[in-house]
Amino acid sequence: MSTSDELQILPPSKLVVDHVTKSFHTQRGWLKALDDVSLTVDEGEFVCLVGPSGCGKSTLLNLIAGLDTPESGTLSCDGMPITTTGRDRGVMFQEHALFPWLDVLGNVLFGLNLKPSLNKAERVEIARYYLQLVGLGRFIHANVHELSGGMKQRVALARALAPNPRILCMDEPFAALDAMTREQLYADLQRIWDQRKKTIIFVTHNVREAVCLGDRVVLFSPNPGRIREQFRIDLQRPRDINSVELAEHATEITRALKQHNAKREVAE
Amino acid sequence: MKRVLVILGFFGGLVVLWQALVSAGLWSPVLLPPPADVARYLWRAIVDGSLAEASWITMKRLMLGYVIGCVLGLPLGLATARSKYLSDTVGVLALGLQTLPSVCWVPLALLWFGQTETAMLFVVVMGTLWSVLIAVDNGARNLPPIYVRAARTMGSKGLHTLVKVILPASLPFVVSGMKQGWAFAWRSLMAAEIYVTILTGYGLGHLLHFGRELNAMDQVIGVMLIIVLIGLLADKVLFSPWEKFLQKRWGTGK
Repeated sequence: MSTSDELQILPPSKLVVDHVTKSFHTQRGWLKALDDVSLTVDEGEFVCLVGPSGCGKSTLLNLIAGLDTPESGTLSCDGMPITTTGRDRGVMFQEHALFPWLDVLGNVLFGLNLKPSLNKAERVEIARYYLQLVGLGRFIHANVHELSGGMKQRVALARALAPNPRILCMDEPFAALDAMTREQLYADLQRIWDQRKKTIIFVTHNVREAVCLGDRVVLFSPNPGRIREQFRIDLQRPRDINSVELAEHATEITRALKQHNAKREVAE
Repeated sequence: MKRVLVILGFFGGLVVLWQALVSAGLWSPVLLPPPADVARYLWRAIVDGSLAEASWITMKRLMLGYVIGCVLGLPLGLATARSKYLSDTVGVLALGLQTLPSVCWVPLALLWFGQTETAMLFVVVMGTLWSVLIAVDNGARNLPPIYVRAARTMGSKGLHTLVKVILPASLPFVVSGMKQGWAFAWRSLMAAEIYVTILTGYGLGHLLHFGRELNAMDQVIGVMLIIVLIGLLADKVLFSPWEKFLQKRWGTGK
């Protein structure tokens, strides 16, 4: 296999979540993190999962990533059941989770080193390509602790992209960053998504962020974790998080979010 | 350059102070020989080869025991960190034995193995093994779980995760454990050599012991200086590169 084969744009995957339930044991008894949740994500779609903490959005992401298994129900990726982690699904966490014993290049190479079909020069070339894609071409030999928070997340993005997954799972990846850095990353992520054609599942509690990035915003509510409402966002790309139309959409979704919360509190 | 001057000034000052104390005549020169006497002893011992031979014998014992201790301690520490059963058994045993001063192994080693190299080796291994085991266990246990999760999403599992993620992630603990193991091995070997006279070779501890027997204070102080020097050298040669690496990658210690 050559570098160009490895770098080719693979068709993004279709993801099907079918009647999935998942509970966790907590100090206050069993918590139903996901209660009979079904969701279909189309090939190349950018879907944002939004909701208050404890609504199960991160749980669902972990199930899609294969880091956890559902109690009942099934998940499948292009018709193949998801049972464990796989290189067809890249993951980015809220913490950068970069390995401090490796430099930037070493971190991006980690996943590539597990592909036996490539030789060393090809791996390095691919890693360089992705580091350039995220704007860190000049920092390949930097150590992790020397990077800013935004740069660390860029490396984490390059690392998740490097094995060329068809799905990218992102669990509040920008939550710990300052507003300026985040805005730049919104622009970059939209560009990269357009260039590399991935299906993206993006978890966030920031409604504006979801509207800025997503083709669709899926609203979750907690106790038990369920999908409440879905919103299609048809704004033109690339989107600016400060635009008026975007703010209008965000207001509408925030209102719905509050309504669901209020209903739940009345019911309780 | 300035650093070198400071270092030379400090140790030169110590020698001057020592000489001044000798000249003051507070103690008998038998108890406190002047620096020149110690230097003369060291020179003689270097010329006749006895110092080099003793150092070589000591280092051979130390290195062999230390390497065995590390080779056993590293995987055992990883294992106790991963398995609850091993941690409840081997882990507890290690914790208990680690608190035992390594010189306490000497009587047992003598009775079991007699005045042999095996007794020496046993004491050094016991000095190294437990502290390395505990440090590695501690390191692997306190690993952020996110590293393993992230590695899993990239297709790493089993032995690959152990060698490429858990082991390097515990490196700060491993290095400090190996350093501690080295210190314990060194101490226990000196204790063993001072207590145990064996015919298969006299180490630095023996030179120290004979110095005491002969009331040769210049030899006692001279050998002690060599022991300190070897300790310093080992620190620089064996551990400095690792610590520099940790500092560079982890950004610690600045």
